[in-house]
Amino acid sequence: MSSAALSIDVPRAEARERGAPRWAWVILPLLVLVVIFFYPLFFIVKQSLAGDAGPLTLAHYATVLSSGVFKAALGRTVEIAALSTVGCLVLGFVLALIVAFVPFPGSRVIGGFIDTILAFPSFLIALSFTFLYGSAGAFNFLLMDLLHTTEPPIDFVYTKWGVILAEVTFYTPFVMRPLLAAFSQLDNALIEVASSLGARPLRIIRQIIFPEAVPALLAGGSLCLLLTLNEFGIVLFIGAKGVITLPMVIYGKAIQEFDYTAGCVVAVVNIALSIALYSLYRFVLARSGGGRAVFV
Amino acid sequence: MLFSSRLGRCIAWVVFFALFLPVFGLPLFMVGAASVAGQWNGVLPSHLTTQHLADAVQKRAGEELVTSLVTGLVASVVALTLGTWAALAVRRLRRRGRRIAGTLFMLPIAVPSVSVGLGLLVAFSRPPLLLNGTPYIVLIAHVVLVTAFAYGSVSAGLARLPAHYEQVAASLGGRPGYVLRRVTLPLITPSLVAAAGLCFALSMGELGATIMVYPPDWVTLPVGIFALTDRGSVFDGAALTVLLLGVTIAVLLVVSRIRTRASFR
Repeated sequence: MSSAALSIDVPRAEARERGAPRWAWVILPLLVLVVIFFYPLFFIVKQSLAGDAGPLTLAHYATVLSSGVFKAALGRTVEIAALSTVGCLVLGFVLALIVAFVPFPGSRVIGGFIDTILAFPSFLIALSFTFLYGSAGAFNFLLMDLLHTTEPPIDFVYTKWGVILAEVTFYTPFVMRPLLAAFSQLDNALIEVASSLGARPLRIIRQIIFPEAVPALLAGGSLCLLLTLNEFGIVLFIGAKGVITLPMVIYGKAIQEFDYTAGCVVAVVNIALSIALYSLYRFVLARSGGGRAVFV
Repeated sequence: MLFSSRLGRCIAWVVFFALFLPVFGLPLFMVGAASVAGQWNGVLPSHLTTQHLADAVQKRAGEELVTSLVTGLVASVVALTLGTWAALAVRRLRRRGRRIAGTLFMLPIAVPSVSVGLGLLVAFSRPPLLLNGTPYIVLIAHVVLVTAFAYGSVSAGLARLPAHYEQVAASLGGRPGYVLRRVTLPLITPSLVAAAGLCFALSMGELGATIMVYPPDWVTLPVGIFALTDRGSVFDGAALTVLLLGVTIAVLLVVSRIRTRASFR
């Protein structure tokens, strides 16, 4: 209230400047953004339409979009992203629930750990899976000892499930952060009262905690969907033959086959999909009262 | 208390650690173990060696570490400057301009890093900006990717800043540059430091755009790690990863120390 009163009495800081208009300062960073971001983006679209040098045509789109490689990659990308997001939501909800409502000594350390994981490169998880579940990994040796066989019994790392498990591991903290922020605002008295009136834990979770968590779940879930859709490091490091996603197709076309045009067509599709999801994320975030986002 | 009984709480904790340790703890532990593994023909390495870690800092990988550090440092400084400038400028706009400009500055977050790399490759392989094959294209890629995070982080800090500090300073005769230097920037120092740490960490681990654009004489750690593991030298790859994580964590720790001190001022 005092700040509102002050802002009426005190001349606004901007009003003191006579010379430059208020939008003048935004020009320089915008110009840099145009050169290093929008100019390359323009060339992706241009190359996807015109090829190396040619008239504008949709022929490249027709060729690439009807190819089996693209269709398979699109399906696989969406499938992996959707399943990983569901996994992150479930695991993130359970873990955040316990950290927030059944605190234990050291649960603050967990919070710090979660924040640190967000800053790690994703391929770290994929690399560790080689040592954990790979054909010469710890789990296979353990199982070979237990089952007295010489054949490695588990072999899911080099399938889509390996990628999904790795993405769930890496992206669960992105769900937990907004959830923990939402849980910290929940009035504990509600839970105490419900509990003293005889509500069992599952009912408290269903009727009190979950409704509070929905905006955070939506925001975290759509961010997860966006990030898993564009995930590259995990898929590249796991390097499974049958698991090709859109970013992998772009990399393969442009770097391994030097086919920039096909790469650009796939990139346009990937970017469009990604921007659509990002808009959804911002929309959800705005609707949920801007509850603390992970980065943005 | 969600669980009134001690038994219920214990079950919840068992569930937590039964999920948390295998999912988050084991992977980190395994990379650490692999980085010191001399031979690994069982559940755990059969003997340990520091050879991989020693190689990681001495040989070619040492160059990659320097490359990554330089890239991360330059990209963070540029991104922080650009992002802070943009955030301060956007704050002065009116409603609609603010929304549009804000969306533009955040947009790189929505574009997959591999596509950012491809765009730079296509656009900067021709005049007037012929940068393909130089380290600059890697630096630009990193700046594009982390500036949006710097912008977002500084904007969030500015949004939490009560407006009247600056208004009072201005009403007392402080010129805009003076108010910015002596009031606004000191007040958002915690956000700036956090943004710098985030930018550096993201840049150190960046793979998607870098692998699209890097020239042979500017190989960053993540690209080097991929080259190693792709060749089958998984232990050397793990050692480099541990090195990468170590440097990242060290920087984040320093940042959080500075941040705590800044917020006490």
